[in-house]
Order: sequence, then structure tokens, then C-alpha cells
Amino acid sequence: MIDLIKLPTHHGEIHVLQGGTGKDVVFLHGASGLEADNPFLVKLAQKYRVTAPLLPGFGESAECASIRDMQDVTLHTLDVLEALGLKKPILAGHSMGGMIAAEMAAVAPNEVDKLVLIASAGLWIEAYPAPDIFSLLPKEFPPLMFHDAEFGQKVMTADININDPAFLIPFLVNNSRTMGMAGKFLFPIPERGLKDRIHRIKARTILVWGDSDRIYPAPYAHAFKDAIPGAELVIVAEAGHMVPIEKPNPVIAAIGRLG
Amino acid sequence: MRFTWFNLMPWPHLPDDFREKHRSVWVDIDSRLYDPVKGHEVYNNYLDLLEYADTLGFDGIGINEHHQNGYGLMPSPNLIAAALARRTENAAIVVLGNSIALYNPPIRVAEEFAMLDGISGGRLVAGFPVGTSMDTNFCYGTIPALTREKYNEAHELIIRAWTEDEPFAFNGRYTKLRHVNLWPKTVQKPHPPIHIPGGGSVETYDFCLDHTYSYSYLSFSGYKRAQSLMEGYWNRVGERNADNSPYRAGFAQTVFVAETDEEAERLYSEHAFYFYNRCLHVFPGFADAPGYRTIKTLQTGNVNQYSRTVAPPLTWKDLVDGGYIIAGSPETVRQRMEHLIKSLHVGNIFLLLHVGNMPVNKCMYSTKLFAEKVMPHLRDMFPEHADDNRFWASPLPKRAKPAPLPAGFGTEPLPVPQAVPAK
Repeated sequence: MIDLIKLPTHHGEIHVLQGGTGKDVVFLHGASGLEADNPFLVKLAQKYRVTAPLLPGFGESAECASIRDMQDVTLHTLDVLEALGLKKPILAGHSMGGMIAAEMAAVAPNEVDKLVLIASAGLWIEAYPAPDIFSLLPKEFPPLMFHDAEFGQKVMTADININDPAFLIPFLVNNSRTMGMAGKFLFPIPERGLKDRIHRIKARTILVWGDSDRIYPAPYAHAFKDAIPGAELVIVAEAGHMVPIEKPNPVIAAIGRLG
Repeated sequence: MRFTWFNLMPWPHLPDDFREKHRSVWVDIDSRLYDPVKGHEVYNNYLDLLEYADTLGFDGIGINEHHQNGYGLMPSPNLIAAALARRTENAAIVVLGNSIALYNPPIRVAEEFAMLDGISGGRLVAGFPVGTSMDTNFCYGTIPALTREKYNEAHELIIRAWTEDEPFAFNGRYTKLRHVNLWPKTVQKPHPPIHIPGGGSVETYDFCLDHTYSYSYLSFSGYKRAQSLMEGYWNRVGERNADNSPYRAGFAQTVFVAETDEEAERLYSEHAFYFYNRCLHVFPGFADAPGYRTIKTLQTGNVNQYSRTVAPPLTWKDLVDGGYIIAGSPETVRQRMEHLIKSLHVGNIFLLLHVGNMPVNKCMYSTKLFAEKVMPHLRDMFPEHADDNRFWASPLPKRAKPAPLPAGFGTEPLPVPQAVPAK
């Protein structure tokens, strides 16, 4: 059972998904957002007490125009954890959420001691330029985001009908809210100087990557591994960038290495 | 009425199979399609045409800014404007405009526009577009959701730089300058008139009304499709209790004139198709970066003209009947223009009389017919607003002319060389 918490913050009211019992895991979602019935979240809540703040603009979280850059969102998320009374949880993030989690661990190395970066954004490797997700058409996402494009299609675009104005306008509004916020950290290149701060991370770190991630392919995983002392890399077979959705069990098992 | 002869400066050598073989005319257009030697000729032809329009009595000659765009060869319209300032005499130079959020620091726009206003003797009409998402976000990397904030800040800086006489410190979020002290300043006071190209953002309506700027709708889909958008603007003007001067609004229209309607089709249809089929072939993923448009605007349903893949109009009849283009004999064009002007209530018309891959001779022909046989009949559409000069250039009455170089220039004789005395 996942509950919804409404949390006032300096930037506006945000929504937080929380459920389960056990050790605390904080999960920061990626640019595609997170809903209460997300199968990864539900499974994670069977083993841990999971807290997943929705980034401003996602779900019913306010847009928070005063969050403009990486520093703003990093401090905002640290504030959210403090407001929720979460002390040294396992901090996990996927994609954009991984980028935020890594920043938090670099900015506040004494407050983050267990870190899980799943297919994380935040670095840029010139030889492996990540696709421009801001110019993709809806139908172009599944083959890029999933190992199994057909499965991805079902998950991502099943209910999309851009020729229907009754669908199109709310779709564009939501896309603008979510990807508009994501663009503050990921547009036009998903790199905001983490490489200059990543050495400050003290947390025990697990990296989880799908073996066919076509957004941040394997060299990104190794770049994180090289930059964070002692980081362990878990490669998940037959999984793409959306590895938590495609293969939730091995991701949860990898998180389990931290307790 | 103010008629501006406008040139987008399209690349006229896109291949016949461009639409089939390439995904976009903009942002990631295949740069090998550009041939610099042909480009030399194209630029000079286009400058000639703009200069020609000045000799025919158009009120303005107009240019704009696009980046990595097959139908716009002007990443820097100010360079073109500088060339025009020297070889034209009377027409306002309408730079529509500089995407002010893209200049770093934006004081550059205040400087360059002041230079243009100075060189041209106060003939500048300054445009401040937010810029399309293709240009602003995808080509120039501005973060979509921050584009408008950056734009507003740039606007504030430029206006203050133009209007304040004491140096000031500008502590913006995107630009910090300790010593703003514009040099040179504009000829027109307090500053050149400002036009804002918009695509239906409600915020832009209010921005124009707040500052007494003219709102320009630069669509390529013609006057019939513009009706609802312009109605939205005029409704807003009414709600704000502003006067309804038609010079508060501008509209771009593709126009072709020939002796007869049949001749217009025969001469110009291939160039119209070139423009509508090849030049407007934009990958929809580049149309609107998420966050670029405000939620409020999205909720009105005014989505970008590129964002849905609509089949291009295929026949001349489609183009004419759909109002995409106004084409035909001088009388046909006059009637349709009159309808456009009245129905949209616009005083500033940006005439796209050069279209697609139109060669110079046809363009001159169409332009001359418009100037001589159409324009004079449309002059007095809004006699009650004839004195409204708020939205147009106010040039100096006496302006310098380029010197006739071979005949010598200047008012004083040159010094006579003196023989060096022998030691």
C-alpha cells in the first residue's frame, strides 16, 4: 500500500509517495515520472519502507518555478528528506533521479552514506552522446528506453493518441510540466558539472545498469565506477534504460547489498 | 498602412526529393546541402531585392533571425540590416528581430540596434522575438522552461540601456553587468519602435499592451487561419481598454502578383510548392521543446504550427482557397488584401513577395506589380489612425547618403602632399 504525503517546501507543495515497512529507501524517479502503482515501487515497498518524493512538476507536485538549476533541486531534495525525518536512508535514484542523488551525495557527503545509482544521468562521454530525449516523438521512446521495445511500447504509449485534442492538450500540459522541469537539469546536455564534485562522494555506492541501455550505455556505468571510490557495478541482463520497470527484481536485489 | 517587403532568405537549392530523403529543414538539416559558392550569389540577390523594394516605395524592408534553417539564411539579421542601411534611402529597416534571450550579454542587441539606427538615420524598427523553440532551444541551447524569464530579463536590460543616461549596475539572474553605459545610443527617442513576433502566447499579448509594442503574427498559413488567433489578440486589447489602432498588430502574408490569375499560377506555383513542401518540412520533435510554451498557452490549444504533421497543401487551388497565399491579378490581390486587412484589423503587413526558390526576375515582376497596382489602392484603409506613429520608425528629416566614391567625397579638399625638404 503506497500512501500519498503532501509536503510543503520552500519552493511549493510537493507530493511524496510512501509505503512499506523496514529499512528506509528513498527513491528518486527519472524524467518519465512515478505513479503510486509503479510495479518497481510496489515491489520495493514489500521489502523496505520506501519514500519517493515527486519532483516539482511531476504528478500533483507544484511546478516550483524557483527551482531553476541543479543546485536548487539538490538542496530542495535534501530539504525534503530532512522534513520527512529521514536520516541516512539508502538513497537510490534512476536516470535523472540518479543524477540528483549523486549530487546530493557529493554536496552532503556526511549525510549520504548509502547510494544506489540506477542508469544514472549526470556525466557526458563525447564518444557516446546520449540521445536528445527532448526532441523524440512519443513513438521513438520505447525502442530507446527498453531492451524489449514491444514491452516498452505497451508501458509507454498504449494510451497515447495525439490526434485527439481532448487527449492532446492535457498530454502537452503534463509533458510541459514534467519535461520542462527535467530540462533544467538535462537540456540540452544532461551534464551540470557533477564530474567536478563526484570525488566528494563518501557513500558506499552500488551502480545498477541494464546491459542494453541505449540512453547511457555501458561506458557511462564505468565512468561512474571509476569516479566513485569503491563503487560496485551490477549489470542487469536483458534490460534497457528503464531497468527498474523491465527487471525490478535484480534492481531490488542490488539495493539489498546495502542492507 | 505600412507595407514591409519581407525576405526570409530561403535556400533555393533544396533537392526535389528533400521531403522524402531528409527529416527536417531546420536544426539538423544536412549541412552538405549548402553550397557556399552558390550562397555568395544567393545573398547578393536577396540584398538586391530588398534594396529594390526600397526604390518602389515600400514602407519597410524586413528581415529576421533563424539558425540552422533551410528557409532562413540569416543567423545574424543585423549584418544584413547594416548592408541595407547603406544602400537604401527611405524604407524603414524592420529587423523582426533579434532573439534577445540568445545574446550574451544581451546588451549586444542594444548596441547593434543603436548602431543600425545611427547608420540608417532612425529608420530602424526593432523586433524582439522570444524565438522559435527550434532556434532558441534546439539550436542555441537555452533551457526551455527558463527561456521566457531570460527573455524578460534581456528585455529589461536593453530598454534600460537605451533610455537611461547614467551608468547603472544590472544584477540579473542571467546577466550581471557592473557598468551598463550604452555607447552609441539610438537616434529614435526614447528608442526605436518595437514589434514582437508571437505565435499565440497569451502572455505575449499582454507584454505588447504593457509596453505599447506591436504584436506581429508571422504565420505561413495565411489570413484565413489567422482569424481566431488575431481575434484573441483584439479581444485582449479590448479587455485591457487599450485603443484599437490597427498598428498594434502586424501580419505576414505570402503574395504573388501577375497580370492575370492564370499567369500567377503559371509563373509562381512551383515556387509556392517549393516553399510549402520543402521549406516548411520541419521534424515535429523540434517544434516545441517541452517547457518552452507556458501551461496557460498550451491550455488555450494554440499549438505550434509545426507541431502536428499536417499534409502540405498540394495544389495551387488548395493554397489560394485555403488563404495560405494571396495570388492573382492586381485586382484579385487587392480584393483579398483588403479582406485580410479588414478582417484581421492589421495595419502592418509583412509581404512575403519572395517565396521559396523564386528567381530574381519573377520576384521583381511580382513586387513591382504589387507596388504599382495594388499598394496605392490599399493606402487609406484606416484614415482615422493615419497619425498613429507609435509603432513605426521616425527617421531624421535630413539623412546622410553614401558618398559617390569615384567622384570623391567629403566637404573639405584633401590635403595636398608637400614635398619633403631635402636636408
